Amino acid sequence: MLIDPMDTQLPAEPVKAIERPQIVTQSLLYLDGVSVSFDGFRAINNLSLIIAPGEMRAIIGPNGAGKTTMMDIITGKTKPDTGDVIFAGEVDLTRLDETAIANLGIGCKFQKPTVFESHTVEDNVDMAVKADRTVFGTLFQRRSAEIARRVDEILGIVRLGDHRKRLAGDLSHGQKQWLEIGMLLAQDPKLLLVDEPAAGMTDVETAATADLLKDIAKTHSVVVVEHDMGFIRELGVKVTCLHEGSVLAEGSLDQVSSDERVIEVYLGR
Amino acid sequence: MMLTRFLLEKIDRTGWIFLVLLALAAVMVPVLNLAVPPGSPFHVSNTAVSLWGKYMTYALLALAVDLVWGYCGILSLGHGAFFALGGYAMGMYLMRQIGPRGVYSHPILPDFMVFLNWKELPLTWWGFSSFPYALFMVALVPGLLAFVFGWFAFRSRVTGVYLSIITQALTYALMLAFFRNDMGFGGNNGLTDFKDILGFNIQSQTTRAVLFSLSVVALMIGYLLARAIVTSKAGKILIAVRDAEARTRFLGYRVEHFKLFVWTVSAVMAGIAGALYVPQVGIINPSEFSPANSIETIVWVAVGGRGTLVGAALGAGIVNFAKSWFTGAFPQGWLFALGGLFIVVTLFLPKGILGTFTDWWKRRGETREPPAGKAVGQPAE
Ligand SMILES: Nc1ncnc2c1ncn2[C@@H]1O[C@H](COP(=O)(O)OP(=O)(O)OP(=O)(O)O)[C@@H](O)[C@H]1O
Ligand SMILES: [Mg+2]
Repeated sequence: MLIDPMDTQLPAEPVKAIERPQIVTQSLLYLDGVSVSFDGFRAINNLSLIIAPGEMRAIIGPNGAGKTTMMDIITGKTKPDTGDVIFAGEVDLTRLDETAIANLGIGCKFQKPTVFESHTVEDNVDMAVKADRTVFGTLFQRRSAEIARRVDEILGIVRLGDHRKRLAGDLSHGQKQWLEIGMLLAQDPKLLLVDEPAAGMTDVETAATADLLKDIAKTHSVVVVEHDMGFIRELGVKVTCLHEGSVLAEGSLDQVSSDERVIEVYLGR
Repeated sequence: MMLTRFLLEKIDRTGWIFLVLLALAAVMVPVLNLAVPPGSPFHVSNTAVSLWGKYMTYALLALAVDLVWGYCGILSLGHGAFFALGGYAMGMYLMRQIGPRGVYSHPILPDFMVFLNWKELPLTWWGFSSFPYALFMVALVPGLLAFVFGWFAFRSRVTGVYLSIITQALTYALMLAFFRNDMGFGGNNGLTDFKDILGFNIQSQTTRAVLFSLSVVALMIGYLLARAIVTSKAGKILIAVRDAEARTRFLGYRVEHFKLFVWTVSAVMAGIAGALYVPQVGIINPSEFSPANSIETIVWVAVGGRGTLVGAALGAGIVNFAKSWFTGAFPQGWLFALGGLFIVVTLFLPKGILGTFTDWWKRRGETREPPAGKAVGQPAE
């Protein structure tokens, strides 16, 4: 049987029969007992994680710990073999595809910056702004004053106002990262997943990115994956350390970084 | 009003030049063919009218391919199938028009059916005596096939080489099917010996000139429509899908719907091209489904400039002019020349003829005009 992604395009109805415990219904994102294997290799192993509404969380862990894979499970790119992934207390994300999950209000920035290189910076943001996303809707859509204002606003926030007419492909690596974050903002998601936003950035850019994310976190829930400990410290939020597909330690940065196992597998190298 | 605005708003300079030249051709070629006496240097010969008319339908096919390949990254190696299906739909109308004038003088059945000893018209042929019905089928059959094919392929996320291979398989399978006599489409002889279209003698020079002009007009409309699509916001999404499909999904766009839309529109365009091709060449047979035809179309688009629309149409013309000259001069050499051309273009002109030319034009403009910053202090003209 083919699995039809189109069957799953509507947000799944909350299943009335299942009474979810309070811890589920009050969390924005709830992962429990999630596992996924690639050809027998367990990339995610019985992972549990809870993000509260409005929370910003930093995820650290050695290469191959499964950070990106965890993001992929939340965004619908990878389907978990077992476990629950529940959004906003009621939506089972494992039953939805990427498009449906994006439209629920989950945005993600890929580890490798991905923008539309042959479009202008402005058009990149324009496509991300919340608006009709159907074929016939976009076919006849014109850029409304409302959308134009929103695009300006976002370009201001990510400091790309002067580059709006340039092709996204001509931007520097750091600028692409920022553009992608801007597109994420334009979607106005409830939850932002940001994979290694500071990779390849100069120290100045990294600091600016931390400020930007802190700003965003005032009004959104954010999950950030980063290797740069200075950056994590700058954020000053709860930290989760992943290792071999499950949570090794969780708490404040000081708690986590003084954990012996964390030092052994990650920090002490 | 709305429609005119939708179609005309985004035409650029290249587009206007293209449209004006086509409009001129649509008017002048028939005049120079019919009204100017054959002795005059301005006379356009009858063969030229038929040949150019054929090229116009090829150009429309190339435009259709460019729409999916150039703008949405779907490398179709099976567009010849949609072209041929449109052609067969038109051919079936033309067969029914022959009526009792066939070799066997059967009032209803086309010759090949009488020859096969069939007693009645198969269901697939019903209605084809009506021109509007045939026109409807010209669009419906390729469109529906593309829709169903695309529905399965795109939602299963078949992309890249795999998709290209199954499009190729599609046209190959259709070719084998149409070769069979019991399919009821004339087997390997196909459909031919047409007499008239809408009551006009298909051999008469006036009819041929009109068919030429209609082909040009179809190409113009096809261009306007394709241009309107690719410059709309939906067109930007198509390009986004081409460049970063996953990113587009994560932005909340339903990628398979966008692909399905442009794929179906493109197939209908190809079908219409085929329908205009058949009365001008006077025959349609299963070899039109041959995989090589679809591949040749890709070469036209690559040579002219993928993702430029005008370039695709231009490429169809240039390659086919080269082909008719070449097959005259070195009959055996054409396939090698075509292959060589493709390699040269991919290596040295990756943007094709039009893409390279526009780049050169832009660069020339930049070096000649003073930089914008310096121009500020100068008095206004
Ligand atoms: N599609 C896949 N097929 C096979 N193995 C995969 C796939 N995706 C991830 N893996 C494996 O799963 C493990 C976890 O990878 P993941 O990319 O999640 O790590 P990460 O924590 O993001 O690492 P990094 O810090 O290097 O980005 C790795 O060993 C990787 O090789
Ligand atoms: Mg990673």
